[in-house]
Amino acid sequence: MKIAILLKQVPVKDATLKIDGNGTWIDESDLQFEINESDHFGLEEALRLKEKHGGEVVVVTMGPERVREAIKQALAKGADRAIYINDSEVSTPDPQVHARILAAALKDEGFDLILSGLQSDDYGYGQTGVLVAAELGMAHATLVMETDVQDGKIKVKRELESGWFQYVELPLPAVLTIQSGLNQIRYATIKGIMAAKRKEIREVSPTELGIDAAELQGGAFALEKVYVPQKTKETAVLEGDAKEIVSALVDKLKNEAKVL
Amino acid sequence: MKSPNVYDVYDINSMLSDEEKQVRDSIREFVRNEAVPIFRDYFREGKFPEQLIKPLGELGVLGANLDGYGCPGLNNVAYGLIMQELEYCDSGLRSFASVQGALVMYPIYAFGSEEQKQKYLPKLATGEYIGCFGLTEPDYGSNPGGMITRAEKVAGGYKLNGRKMWITNASLADVAVVWAKLDGVVRGFLVEKGTPGFQPRPMHGKLSLRASDTSEILLDDCIVPEDAILPGSDGLKSPLSCLTQARYGIAWGVIGAAIASFEESLEYAKGRVMFDRPIAGYQLTQNKFAYMMTEITKMQLLVLQLGRLKDAGTMHHAQVSLAKRNNCEHALNIARMSREILGANGIMDDYVSMRHANNLETVKTYEGTHEIHTLVLGQLATGIAAFS
Ligand SMILES: Cc1cc2nc3c(=O)[nH]c(=O)nc-3n(C[C@H](O)[C@H](O)[C@H](O)COP(=O)(O)OP(=O)(O)OC[C@H]3O[C@@H](n4cnc5c(N)ncnc54)[C@H](O)[C@@H]3O)c2cc1C
Ligand SMILES: Cc1cc2nc3c(=O)[nH]c(=O)nc-3n(C[C@H](O)[C@H](O)[C@H](O)COP(=O)(O)OP(=O)(O)OC[C@H]3O[C@@H](n4cnc5c(N)ncnc54)[C@H](O)[C@@H]3O)c2cc1C
Repeated sequence: MKIAILLKQVPVKDATLKIDGNGTWIDESDLQFEINESDHFGLEEALRLKEKHGGEVVVVTMGPERVREAIKQALAKGADRAIYINDSEVSTPDPQVHARILAAALKDEGFDLILSGLQSDDYGYGQTGVLVAAELGMAHATLVMETDVQDGKIKVKRELESGWFQYVELPLPAVLTIQSGLNQIRYATIKGIMAAKRKEIREVSPTELGIDAAELQGGAFALEKVYVPQKTKETAVLEGDAKEIVSALVDKLKNEAKVL
Repeated sequence: MKSPNVYDVYDINSMLSDEEKQVRDSIREFVRNEAVPIFRDYFREGKFPEQLIKPLGELGVLGANLDGYGCPGLNNVAYGLIMQELEYCDSGLRSFASVQGALVMYPIYAFGSEEQKQKYLPKLATGEYIGCFGLTEPDYGSNPGGMITRAEKVAGGYKLNGRKMWITNASLADVAVVWAKLDGVVRGFLVEKGTPGFQPRPMHGKLSLRASDTSEILLDDCIVPEDAILPGSDGLKSPLSCLTQARYGIAWGVIGAAIASFEESLEYAKGRVMFDRPIAGYQLTQNKFAYMMTEITKMQLLVLQLGRLKDAGTMHHAQVSLAKRNNCEHALNIARMSREILGANGIMDDYVSMRHANNLETVKTYEGTHEIHTLVLGQLATGIAAFS
């Protein structure tokens, strides 16, 4: 099986975020980055599928130079090679454009399976994997909790609301967006880390992939403003006798705070 | 200018290669997820968490700086960083890896026959086999050259008689590297578990390194086959060269214990209010933190250069003595100071500083006591050996 994992690097979970000078994104200068959580689970699933069925796992990552660190980590964990898309030409945040670039990098490789995380912990669009499937004309399933590959097909378990699950069968090739927690992520071994040095990281740019330069600047929408939500505190004093206060309080806990 | 990271004031991180950082980070992640949460209970019980052995083997930690026979051939700086990450959790965890890699795999690697290497090293690397190193005796600690344990040539092999004490992992071990005098010359023997006359016995009542097996070994007409002798071993310098390897790892390891203690007391001091102010705001407390940051920085710089010398193949054993002596002493001081800052809470095992301090009493003593390394440096300076 030839498997691609779309892997993104995002700021670490407990990072203190500051808005940048333009007010349109965060200031990345002092931040530490890590592999996006659900992508990490996707990588693990790809490695497990390869261990079971043989084949190859290819990491596909778009971003600035710093993302090479995430790529090296994935190679150390056992991915076979990587395609690194340098995004210095890309200024739009539009996931449609991002998906088109990724699809262009993926299309001639003949992957049986393309995995991505459910969503990225920074933009949080949750669209990239699905849009890649649309670009490539492949079947797709989202929120995947379990995979089972049988000849030419894949059966997946999807997470629905309120503890419900759904089982879906898709023909291969297919695109899956992976939910966090479906497996246990391995640690990079020392041998893996040392072997990663010799693995191929092929760098390409979007224009080399045939994407129109204008599109990389444009896209269907732009980020207008990023801001920290204003914290507001409202204190309500409940009045009346004990019975009235209790029923008003229970009503608020149920319908406003939604904790009951 | 950006203010420095208090746990790496001189940005020593920037002096490491990508590979060194990656190795450190992967072991750090493993140790903090899998080992740190369980060690308090194992220390209480006085047991080593054996379930960690195979995972350590899978990661490649055991014999990481050896090359071939299932070992990854990592450089010595990355190896040192592994020791630091292990000892951040507990000196018992680092001791396990030190004994296995530096005191068992190394002598087989350096003095063993091809057959011995093939037979033992791959299994010791995966953790399928556990090893121990028996040098110290009840009456010969700092002066192992005086050992009483004897080997005698008998038909088909050697007969060992004597007693070893303070032997880490001896009760868990599948194979023991036992040092004994054959015709007056110290030689190494590989003694397998279950060999008649080989009896390890756990030692109880330790207040230090509790999450580690420490045992005595009785050797009572213990007969080992012809091929159990390490053919390349020749005199006291053989076990001493193993100790140089292990001390190198200790010099790195104790930085982990120091950082864990410093982290704990710094966080505590910021949150603990006494006389209407966080105790972190008092000069006496800040004096302790100034000491900790300074000494941790010096310890880090020392071992980094020591590691570069080791990788270049020019490291002298006296340079290791200097680092082992210095780093154990300051790590112990840092753990004790941290315990002080924690007040009464610091005596409880919910906090790590006192456990580290207790462990570091052992680490300051084994692999050459503080005084013995002082004498090594004294000899280097003066050319006069003051051992006896
Ligand atoms: C938990 C633990 C695990 C251990 N694991 C192992 C192991 O796996 N394998 C192994 O072989 N050994 C092991 N040891 C033994 C350790 O290496 C010895 O304890 C150490 O070498 C010191 O020997 P000793 O305890 O006999 O002290 P002694 O040699 O009796 O020393 C007592 C004191 O006298 C001082 N002293 C000795 N000689 C001089 C001198 N000439 N001048 C000034 N001061 C001197 C020492 O510095 C020390 O302070 C372990 C010890 C401990 C505590
Ligand atoms: C085993 C045990 C038995 C005990 N038994 C009793 C008992 O029978 N009865 C009883 O009443 N108490 C008892 N205690 C409590 C003991 O007296 C307190 O632990 C002690 O007074 C310290 O208080 P603390 O632990 O809250 O530390 P803190 O007061 O929180 O001090 C923490 C650290 O900050 C330092 N510090 C505090 N203020 C300053 C300052 N202004 N400037 C510089 N440094 C400062 C301290 O020196 C210490 O290093 C016991 C404690 C223990 C551990």
